[in-house]
Amino acid sequence: MTTKKTRKKTREVMQTQQPKVRVHNFDEVALGYTEEQAVAEAERCLNCKKKPCSNGCPVGVDIPGFIELIREKDFLGAAKKIKESNNLPAICGRVCPQEEQCEKNCILGKKGEPLAIGRLERFVADRERECGVEMPPLPEPQDKKVAVVGSGPAGLTVAADLAKLGYGVTMFEALHDPGGVLIYGIPQFRLPKEIVKGEIDYIQGLGVDLKVDSLIGRIQSVDELLADGYDAIFIGTGAGLPNFMDIPGENLNGVYSANEFLTRTNLMKAYQFPEYDTPIKVGKRTAVIGGGNVAMDSARCALRLGAKEVYIIYRRSEKEMPARAEEIEHAVEEGVKLKLLCAPTRIIGEDGWVKALECINFELGEADESGRRRPVPIKGSEFIMEMDTVVMAIGNSPNPLISQTTPDLKTGWRGVLVADPETGLTTKPGVYAGGDIVTGAATVISAMGAGKKAAAAIDRYLKGDS
Amino acid sequence: MYRIIEKKDLSSTIKLMRIAAPEIAKKAQAGQFVILRIHNHGERIPMTIADYDRVQGTITIVFQVVGKSTEELATLKEGDSILNFLGPLGQPSEIKNYGKAVCIGGGVGVAPIYPIARSLHEAGNKVISIIGARNDKMLFYKEEMNSVSEHLHIVTDDGSRGKQGLVTDILCDLLESGEQIDLVFAIGPVPMMRAVAELTRGYGIKTFVSLNPIMVDGTGMCGGCRVSVGETSKFACIDGPDFDAHQVDFDQLLERQKMYCQEEQDSKEHWHQCNCRG
Ligand SMILES: Cc1cc2nc3c(=O)[nH]c(=O)nc-3n(C[C@H](O)[C@H](O)[C@H](O)COP(=O)(O)OP(=O)(O)OC[C@H]3O[C@@H](n4cnc5c(N)ncnc54)[C@H](O)[C@@H]3O)c2cc1C
Ligand SMILES: Cc1cc2nc3c(=O)[nH]c(=O)nc-3n(C[C@H](O)[C@H](O)[C@H](O)COP(=O)(O)OP(=O)(O)OC[C@H]3O[C@@H](n4cnc5c(N)ncnc54)[C@H](O)[C@@H]3O)c2cc1C
Ligand code: SF4
Ligand code: FES
Repeated sequence: MTTKKTRKKTREVMQTQQPKVRVHNFDEVALGYTEEQAVAEAERCLNCKKKPCSNGCPVGVDIPGFIELIREKDFLGAAKKIKESNNLPAICGRVCPQEEQCEKNCILGKKGEPLAIGRLERFVADRERECGVEMPPLPEPQDKKVAVVGSGPAGLTVAADLAKLGYGVTMFEALHDPGGVLIYGIPQFRLPKEIVKGEIDYIQGLGVDLKVDSLIGRIQSVDELLADGYDAIFIGTGAGLPNFMDIPGENLNGVYSANEFLTRTNLMKAYQFPEYDTPIKVGKRTAVIGGGNVAMDSARCALRLGAKEVYIIYRRSEKEMPARAEEIEHAVEEGVKLKLLCAPTRIIGEDGWVKALECINFELGEADESGRRRPVPIKGSEFIMEMDTVVMAIGNSPNPLISQTTPDLKTGWRGVLVADPETGLTTKPGVYAGGDIVTGAATVISAMGAGKKAAAAIDRYLKGDS
Repeated sequence: MYRIIEKKDLSSTIKLMRIAAPEIAKKAQAGQFVILRIHNHGERIPMTIADYDRVQGTITIVFQVVGKSTEELATLKEGDSILNFLGPLGQPSEIKNYGKAVCIGGGVGVAPIYPIARSLHEAGNKVISIIGARNDKMLFYKEEMNSVSEHLHIVTDDGSRGKQGLVTDILCDLLESGEQIDLVFAIGPVPMMRAVAELTRGYGIKTFVSLNPIMVDGTGMCGGCRVSVGETSKFACIDGPDFDAHQVDFDQLLERQKMYCQEEQDSKEHWHQCNCRG
């Protein structure tokens, strides 16, 4: 072990594609650690007894445990250790907001940079994939069947966990490709689709029967699934209904929801039009409204699709932006301009198309319930920016289809399904839910965490001990 | 994969396909649609369910060749398969006994109006139908429409069949004759639906149209299909596709349908070039 004296205060730098190069392609931006870097970074870990980092992890990964194995160069062992509590490390290593979770709690952060836990997680998961993922031995099949609705991180987690216990699992997905936001929302340059596909292959390898093109609520209702012989149902349909601002001009040509913009780009591969049939329009100037990951992804896609100037327009200041720090940094490096303390008031059109955006400036007023200072509009500060495309990335609500077609499912604020946070049990016996459909738009890891709890609860329910 | 069980040319540019999709056939109702994708590089294109057979497990679509995807779809033969076929989507049409219902289909819109006319007929309505096309060769479903209608009016632009003129000419005559009409249902090109809406507005007759904005997912996830209806913006794929014609902003719909004119052209040219190269 390294002595305290030589312990580095700064983390190993991860190589990335140069900004000037990467704005012209959809290849992955962050290139990951080399083996030497991973071991060197792992050497920085203090192996704290109380595991503050693990406490910050929503699924409680044994972080010092897997880091120790990296130090010993047992990378496959490290991957196994993570997978004890997290089925999708290659994904989480890339998209989790570590700076808000495990890394925020890291002791090293007090005097220098916290350990690069996410990058190490990514390194071992990638190493495991390169070596060929080992399938766990399949258990005795059980005679009980479970239907999983939605194939985002919540659904994938439930399906994998229950399949590993021997249940017959059928996963229904509305779109033509499984993966939820991981496939249709988060772009290739941040999360290569091959990685998501690898996880899905693994889950199918466990025996999960995947049915795409299956919109539950239309082709079959939840009640019909129960009547069809499914003993339990998990609903992980996410928060896929795009919000708009309700300002004039939102239905002009050239205004997109972030969901449409990203779906055309990622799921339908519009960046390879006309090799792929689905088109997209960006023009020269694009404004993206919002400050989360969805906004950053939209802005960075717009650049790659050929926009010359891309603006992020956000109501609050930079430190309140909900996006991952790394995404903001990457976006700015690539040339995305941040227009902060500012929001659109109307979209101005010409011949049916977007021509300009009228915005108003804000200043920070009193703190609100969340402790953040509330942005207040400055009277008379309106100004106009010429635009070709406007992308609304101001949040998503749950899709109401399931709740509308299942009368005894109770819903709460904005239509989220009411479910027990410990088990995912909804107000309907045998029906569980988790992920964004219960919490509203949140994170990959929280959706997975909810999936884990629900899978355990479904197992107890089907065994008859709850 | 979804197999094409039957393919028929209804005219030189209008094709009928019956596709094996037993689960969708079990659930389909008049007014709903499917979204299909021919292959891995394909776009998702919506098509109204023109008929369904719950016993044989098939869905019938009728489509007009207008661009790249429909042209490519038309090259498929009986026995070939379509990669993706999602449905039934959208709200079913509001079928009940209104009394006397006028069903209007223009061009390829005759296909989707047929199951609605049939359902209205089965619900006890007295159905009067008006179907129109450019010329006799482009007309189809005459017998089908006749079998569910008290009276079937046919119009063509050039007078090669039925009366020369527009579907709205007949509707106008009906309205002016003072006949009691309780419902009008119109499906066709947007200008036709707009004209119908303008005509019935003055008479205060409940009028439905089925809207066809550009769609992507068809599940309420993208918002690309939004249309202005009254004061609000609706997603046609989940709130529709049927809407109260008197509330619809047709001009906006027309603009939005043109959003990708240039790209549609490019896509077609690209495809023709690839096909020539073999
Ligand atoms: C652009 C974008 C970027 C993001 N970036 C990050 C990030 O960097 N880090 C992070 O932690 N989180 C990020 N998030 C949030 C994260 O992706 C979500 O919180 C997470 O995916 C939620 O998982 P889920 O399983 O609940 O639902 P989803 O991933 O939304 O999956 C739901 C699935 O259910 C399907 N479905 C819906 N209704 C039905 C139905 N009726 N029948 C059948 N199937 C249905 C949908 O098609 C979808 O595939 C991002 C989100 C977006 C949109
Ligand atoms: C609910 C609904 C039901 C429909 N039912 C039928 C039907 O029964 N028969 C039929 O012939 N057509 C129907 N359409 C229209 C059909 O989907 C389009 O003609 C088809 O997508 C055109 O594709 P293309 O590549 O051949 O033509 P393109 O050259 O791409 O486009 C030609 C025109 O078709 C429209 N269009 C293009 N892409 C889409 C899309 N993804 N979604 C909707 N419209 C699009 C545009 O207005 C465009 O100007 C329906 C559309 C909707 C929304
Ligand atoms: S808090 Fe940081 S240093 Fe301590 S065990 Fe966790 S990762 Fe290692
Ligand atoms: S087509 Fe995407 S929401 Fe209607």
